[in-house]
Amino acid sequence: MTLTPITPYHYLVLSAALFSIGIVGVMVRRNIIVILMSIELMLNAVNINLAAFSYQLHNAIGQVFAIFVIAVAAAEAAVGLGIILAFYRNKETLNVDEMNTMRW
Amino acid sequence: MLEPLVFYTLAAFIIGFGVLVVTTRNTVHCVLFLVANFLCVAMVYVLLAAEFLAIIQILVYAGGIVVLYLFVVMLVNLQRPPDAVPTRGRQSRAGFALAAVMLAEISAILVFSAARPAPAAASALPATSGVGNTEVVGMLLYSDYLVPFEVASMLLLVAMVGAIILARKEA
Repeated sequence: MTLTPITPYHYLVLSAALFSIGIVGVMVRRNIIVILMSIELMLNAVNINLAAFSYQLHNAIGQVFAIFVIAVAAAEAAVGLGIILAFYRNKETLNVDEMNTMRW
Repeated sequence: MLEPLVFYTLAAFIIGFGVLVVTTRNTVHCVLFLVANFLCVAMVYVLLAAEFLAIIQILVYAGGIVVLYLFVVMLVNLQRPPDAVPTRGRQSRAGFALAAVMLAEISAILVFSAARPAPAAASALPATSGVGNTEVVGMLLYSDYLVPFEVASMLLLVAMVGAIILARKEA
């Protein structure tokens, strides 16, 4: 059995699939923690893209941007989980459908 | 010959763990599947000759962020899990439809860009041969991208202070 060599398009397809899984998680799940984890999945898909193009173009700048994405993801996770903790103390729930205090 | 095999195996694991993260009811199991997913992505980085990125992925994502998630899951000890209430079918279907539209859009972009010849940008910078990947990334971070690097460190500091203030019990 011969397999075709791996091109950057293979990585792009993998990244698109992972991104779509993240979108389904954000859209369908009601648990706010799972929604945040789905966002992390989407950020990972973006990082795979950056690394794939960095590999194709022989240029390390893509990896530098992936590192920035990881730094921002860490900040987002810390602040998001802090907000979740503060919200849970007030409302005793993690369901995004019940997070409608500031809805107009 | 080995590379396609490794890639397809890793891709199957990444997609499988991603689906498990989204579909599992137990949040603790979700977080554990997320760790497995991150580790597989780190191996993909190794396949792409981005060793430094792979190490950062394991240290920051699998080691730091996921532990943060686990702590929060343990802290919010739910008697009534949010997904126990039946989700309204209409909203769920709309979510799937939106995700399908996004996937179709991404696939269309992929197909159209595959039809065109790739731009000859491969010689934009000299190939990073002879020096290690970590050295190249470090040189870029501390020369061309010094200001974004410092801004990122400020962002992390602000996020740390903000997270402490948000999660602090009211005095």
